[in-house]
Amino acid sequence: MAGYIAHRLLWSIPTLIVITIATFVIIQLPPGDYVTAYIAELVETGEVIDAETAAHIRHEFGLDRPMYEQFLTWIGGILLHGDFGLSLDWKLPVSELIWDRIGLTLLISMLSLLMTWAIAIPIGVYSATRQYSFLDHLFTVLGFLGRGIPDFLLALVLMWMGFLYFNFHVGGLFSPAYENAPWSFAKFGDLLSHLWVPVLVLSTGGAAGLLRIMRANMLEELGKPYVETAYAQGLSERQVVWRYPVRVALNPFISTVGWALPALISGDVITAVVLNLPTTGPLLLRSLQNQDMYLAGGFILILSVFTIIGTLLSDILLVLTDPRIRHS
Amino acid sequence: MQDETILEITDLNICFEMREGTVNAVNGVNFSVKPGEVLGIVGESGSGKSLSARSIMNLLPRNATVTNGSVKFRKSDGEVVDILAEKRESRKMRELRGGHVGMIFQEPMTALSPVHSIGKQIMTTLSLHTDLSKKAQVERAADLLAMVQMPKPMEMLKKYPHQLSGGMRQRAMIAMALSCNPSLLLADEPTTALDVTTEAQILDLIMSLQDELNMAVIFITHNFGVVAEIADRVSVMYLGNAVETAAVDDIFYNPKHPYTRALLQSIPRLDGQKRRRLQTIEGMVPDPFNLPTGCVFHTRCAEKMAGKCTSQIPELTYFENDQMARCHLHQA
Repeated sequence: MAGYIAHRLLWSIPTLIVITIATFVIIQLPPGDYVTAYIAELVETGEVIDAETAAHIRHEFGLDRPMYEQFLTWIGGILLHGDFGLSLDWKLPVSELIWDRIGLTLLISMLSLLMTWAIAIPIGVYSATRQYSFLDHLFTVLGFLGRGIPDFLLALVLMWMGFLYFNFHVGGLFSPAYENAPWSFAKFGDLLSHLWVPVLVLSTGGAAGLLRIMRANMLEELGKPYVETAYAQGLSERQVVWRYPVRVALNPFISTVGWALPALISGDVITAVVLNLPTTGPLLLRSLQNQDMYLAGGFILILSVFTIIGTLLSDILLVLTDPRIRHS
Repeated sequence: MQDETILEITDLNICFEMREGTVNAVNGVNFSVKPGEVLGIVGESGSGKSLSARSIMNLLPRNATVTNGSVKFRKSDGEVVDILAEKRESRKMRELRGGHVGMIFQEPMTALSPVHSIGKQIMTTLSLHTDLSKKAQVERAADLLAMVQMPKPMEMLKKYPHQLSGGMRQRAMIAMALSCNPSLLLADEPTTALDVTTEAQILDLIMSLQDELNMAVIFITHNFGVVAEIADRVSVMYLGNAVETAAVDDIFYNPKHPYTRALLQSIPRLDGQKRRRLQTIEGMVPDPFNLPTGCVFHTRCAEKMAGKCTSQIPELTYFENDQMARCHLHQA
C-alpha cells in the first residue's frame, strides 16, 4: 500500500512538469499579450498609448523576454519562494488574490458537494428498491428537470423570485452593509441567509445526475445473486440493501470523488458570475479574458495539482473499499 | 401436517402477472420432507423447481403471486410455521432463513458478496441467529471452514470470494448455509456451475455433512445422475407440475409417469447396446403463456389417450411406498 502510494506520487512529478509547461505555452498562444489587451481597454475609454509607452510597460513586466526565460522565472519563483508572480491586471500578488477567495469558494463547494450526495444517494437507493412506484416516477421527472435546467437559469429564477416575493438582497454572499465589515456573528448570519441560493443551485444539477447513476447502479446490483444470498442469511431488507448493493454501487462515486477537488476551486463559473459570488471561478474567467498570464497560470497550476491529488485520493479510497481492486 | 415431516408443501400454485399475460409457473406442487431425508427435485429449466424452493424461504420474486397452497415448516422445537402466511419481512421469517433453513446457490462466483471477506459473511449469519461473542464467532467460522474441508481455515476467513476457485467458493457457501445448524438445507443446483471433478467433491461433501448433521436436504438439479447418487426420494417436475414423486429406486426401476420414463431413456449410458441412437422426447416445451389443456405433458406424451389427456387435468394417483404420479394411465 505504502509502496503503491509512493509510486503514484513519484509519477505525479513528471505529470506536473508537463502540465505547467503546457499551461504556460497555451496562455501565450493567442496573438498579443496582456499589454495589447490593456491598450485595447484604454482605447475604448478614449485614452491612447503610444508604442514607446507600450514597449516600456512590456519591458517592466518582462513580457519582451523569450518565453522560456519567462517560464523559468515564473516556475523558479513558485518553487523557490512560493511566489506565484504578480497579477498584471490587478497589480497584486497572484497568491494574495487566489487565497483571498479560496475560503469562501471551498465553503460553497463543499456544502454543495455534501448536499448533492445527501440528496442523490438516498433518493437513488429508494428509487431502485421501489422501482416504478409513484415516488420513483416523481423523482425521475424531477431528476430530468433538474438535469435539464441550466444552473445559471435556475440561479436567475431564484434571484428574481427572492427579489420579487421576499424582498431579499440577491446576489453576492453578503448584504452591502456587511461586505467590508469585520467578521461578526451578524455577518455570519448574513452569509448564511445568502449562502442557500448558490448551494441549492450548485447541488441540484449534480444531484439530479448522480441520482440517476445511483438508481441505475443499484438496479444492477439488486439483481445480483449475492443479494438473494444475503436475504437467505436472514438479513432484513434494510440491512441487505445498505450493507451489500449500496456498497458496491458507491464505487463509481468513490472513483470520481477526486474530481470534486479541482471542481471545488474552479466551481461553476457561469453560476458564480450570475450570482456575483466572490469565488475563484469568475476571477479565473477574467484572468483568461485579459491574458493576465501569471494569474491564469497560477490558477491552472493549482487546479492541476488538485486534480492529481484528487485522483490519487480516490484511487486510494477505492483500494480501501473494494477488495477486488486491492488484491489484483 | 404429519408428525414426522419437517416440511410439507401442499397444492402450491405460483403465477406471474406480466404484460404479455399470466404465467402459471407452479401448478399444484405437493411434496413433503422428513428429517434427515434427501429429496431431489429434477426438472428442466422453467419447470418451477427453483421457484418452489424460493417459496420455502418466502423469497419469491416481487412480481410473483401465490394463488393457492401452503408451505409448512416444523422447527426443531416443534413449532409449525405456515410460511406463506407470514410476511416476507416478518421476524419469524428472518429467524427461519439462515437459522433453521440454509440455502446454497448455483453460482458461487456471484452468490457471495464481492466486498466482504468469507469470514465476515459467515459471521453475519452467526451474529443474526446466535449470541456468540465476536471471538467465538471467529472460532466457529474457522471450524465451519474446516468442516467443509477448506485448507488453512484461519487464513481463509480473510479471503475474498474473487481470490478463491469455484469449488472453494461453493465450500464457503456451504459453510455459511450450515453455520447455524439448519434442520433443512436447500441446494439450488449447487454443482451446475462447477466442473465434473469439483462437482463430485462437493456432492461427497454435502452427503457426508448431511449424514453427520442429520439434516434434511432438498437438492434441485437437472441431472439424473446426481439425483441417483444422493437422493432418498425424487420429485420430477414438468412445467410447474410435480408429475411424479417416489423413492429413488422406484423412480429409476419402476417409473409411473411417461415423462419420467422418457427422461430416463434419454440419458446416455456407457453399458447399453453399442451404436444405439439416443432417444429424445418428441416436440418442444410448450409456451408458458399458453399451457396445454388437460395434462400439460400430453403434447409430447407417447402414451397419450385421445380425449381424456387433452381435456382433463389428471389427479394425483398414489402407489405403494409413497410413490405418487399425476397421470390418467393409472386412474380407473
